[in-house]
Amino acid sequence: MNPTSSAPRRITLAHGAGGRLTADLVREVFLKRLHNPHLATLSDSAIVPVPAPVAAGEIGAAASAARIALTTDGFVVTPLFFPGGDIGKLAVFGTVNDLAVAGAIPAYLTASFIIEEGLPVADLARVVDSMAAAAREARVVVVAGDTKVVERGSCDGLFIATAGVGHLHPHAVLGPAKVRPGDCLVLSGPVGLHGVAVLSGREGLTFETTVRSDCASVAGLTVPVLDKVGPAVRWMRDPTRGGLATVACELGEEAGVAVVLEEAAVPVPPDVRGACEMFGLDPLYLANEGKVLMVVAPDEAGTVVALLREAGQPGAAIVGSVEAAGAPSPAPAAAGPPLGPGAYLRTTFGGTKPLERLSGDQLPRIC
Amino acid sequence: MADLIDVDARPELPPSTARESLPAAAAQPFRDPALVAALVQAIRRDVEAYGRPVILMEVCGTHTVAISRSGIRDLLDGLVDLRSGPGCPVCVTAQADIDRMIALAALPGVTILTYGDMVRVPGTLGTLEAARAAGADVRVVYSALDAVALAAAGPFPEASRPAASGPGAAAGREFVFLGVGFETTAPGVCLAVDEARRLGLRNFVVFSAHKTIPAALRALLATAAPPSAASAGPRPPRVQGFILPGHVSAVIGRRAYDFLAADFGLPAAVTGFEPVDILVAVRELVRSVVRGAAPKVVNLYPRVVREDGNARAREAIDRVFEPCPAEWRGLGVIPESGLAFRPEWAGYDAASRFGQAAEEVLAKSPSTRAGGGDGPGGDGPLRGEDPRRGEGSGPRAGGGLIRKQAACRCGDVLRGEVLPTGCPLFARVCTPADPVGPCMVSSEGSCAAYYRYERRR
Repeated sequence: MNPTSSAPRRITLAHGAGGRLTADLVREVFLKRLHNPHLATLSDSAIVPVPAPVAAGEIGAAASAARIALTTDGFVVTPLFFPGGDIGKLAVFGTVNDLAVAGAIPAYLTASFIIEEGLPVADLARVVDSMAAAAREARVVVVAGDTKVVERGSCDGLFIATAGVGHLHPHAVLGPAKVRPGDCLVLSGPVGLHGVAVLSGREGLTFETTVRSDCASVAGLTVPVLDKVGPAVRWMRDPTRGGLATVACELGEEAGVAVVLEEAAVPVPPDVRGACEMFGLDPLYLANEGKVLMVVAPDEAGTVVALLREAGQPGAAIVGSVEAAGAPSPAPAAAGPPLGPGAYLRTTFGGTKPLERLSGDQLPRIC
Repeated sequence: MADLIDVDARPELPPSTARESLPAAAAQPFRDPALVAALVQAIRRDVEAYGRPVILMEVCGTHTVAISRSGIRDLLDGLVDLRSGPGCPVCVTAQADIDRMIALAALPGVTILTYGDMVRVPGTLGTLEAARAAGADVRVVYSALDAVALAAAGPFPEASRPAASGPGAAAGREFVFLGVGFETTAPGVCLAVDEARRLGLRNFVVFSAHKTIPAALRALLATAAPPSAASAGPRPPRVQGFILPGHVSAVIGRRAYDFLAADFGLPAAVTGFEPVDILVAVRELVRSVVRGAAPKVVNLYPRVVREDGNARAREAIDRVFEPCPAEWRGLGVIPESGLAFRPEWAGYDAASRFGQAAEEVLAKSPSTRAGGGDGPGGDGPLRGEDPRRGEGSGPRAGGGLIRKQAACRCGDVLRGEVLPTGCPLFARVCTPADPVGPCMVSSEGSCAAYYRYERRR
């Protein structure tokens, strides 16, 4: 933080956008106070030992050999129902995906509902039906729940908070330290669908064709890949809030490498591209709810793409690579000074542009 | 390669039935790398014959971003000096107007409806975002018609609306839509007030900060120093041609810019926003400058822009608005460059309804400016401390804010006299997370575009 800025005294919406301000808030407010090695990794799920008794009758946990993945998430999407999904489906798949990209096989979920006075019961039932269907599809069970009702105006219809637990896949050895220069970035499919679907679900925005959210479980993708080529997979993340570009920034910072996305290789559906151009949005920063980015050893990248396509993702593709930060780029098109740690976009015309986290939400342009 | 490609051919649009996700290049003829390379080659040949870079200016925030994001600026490095002018509607909104908007947000019973970009622009009283966090009702809408729909529905959000509230009937909230933009958005606002009148709404007004481009171009050129004048210090670059905005031109037409050639002897080209669109325009302008041709204003965006623009849109603007003087950040007050409601529409004019109340809020704060615009190089005169320091009035407060705002060079950036990198605050003190001036806040501001796409690590 630069010394001449005074930090904002109140939380603003920008703090929730998953970009720079969110990262600062997590570091300055949460990590400072709740510090422990698990939280400090800032990964989607914590991999923790199954608690074992310390000594008879005592509080506290000893570490057993078995490890589980544990995660939590909150869902506040508006509108509650959007093309391709709803808040309930999002809650189940979002939590499942946080476990899956940590290398876990999801097993149990909890769901806590904060309901606004006045919400039609039919709407609530529809959301829960959707959660049940999603849970069946993801092969997880919702084992605990809670319900609270707040006064009219205190929340947008419905908020859902979840927790999830799963066991670690035996081949999963993931982490930023595993990432190597030369590794490939494999993306499971086209970007921007969820972001545009939610935008179009908001009042007043209609397009000629309906873009549907890609909300889905990625466990069906991560598990087969870990089964076949587990040791070759270094790191995974689902590009939700903040999009592919934000995940690339996170990877670059956490692993201390230069993450280079190839603009021509990132699949963007024509409808998404059209909506983005109309509103002045960048598809690389739009949320996805059924995609995973994997960092894979170069000799297995092709195999991973094939596995993803077999698993029902025809758009799976290699979208970039990892380069050592500080070393001159080996690619002939990108002459110039070496790249520092972080994320970059190699444009269709061969230029290399740094990618930054956004400071707040992307806002549609005015004219 | 250049010989094989006809750089004057216009690519056909791809069939709209294509639904599969194709790799970017194959589906995007207006982004075809081979065509781009050929155009850059043609530009390079002309500039090398000329012997020095050609200086061009675009006046559209969407062009600013497209040029930076696509890498065109890099491709033309050393060949064309591409400047941004006052083309970002948020950026050119005067500090005084931003302060009035924030003052309106502070009025009891008022709901501010605004485009998203305006929410984070710092005035001297903070930002709309900070006002919202402190309890003001500020909501982002995507269009003026959305704003009318909200006013018609009453003050409660959809999910928990009480049964059967009639249009505008619920509990006395008044809705103020912040009308920022150029000729592109003004027609939409006309439709919105038409709709408000049709619904008989009494709770909906528009704060019109709309501006018109041709008058700004005249003012910009009129203030540029002639080459023969002796002056101390570095002279700002003299623009040799204009890239004209595609969307504004769709409304006002190509003919509206003829004065650039006729009165100022400058070539200009209306063009779209794809990389090929922009490079074709650059190539036309460079060719015109290098060959010393008689300057012309050409339409290179015929798929969207007509000679006289969109007659219905222009009629709507003329029916609802009349030209008025407007204060532009960086350019001062320009006569006939703003749009004010005609007297018969006063019922929908925020200035008529709330002007007095807003001025009273401003007068109570010691931070109030005593009139005056944004002169070159900064954001207006120094003023006293913000009394709401530390109370959520904005990202900064107190003396630090004043020093920073005085050092802000948004005005010079908006006149194309300085690149964002030439502002001492750029990327050091002024960043997207912690912006000092609107050029860094707006997604179409030059400083934001440079920060996101032009910096090197």
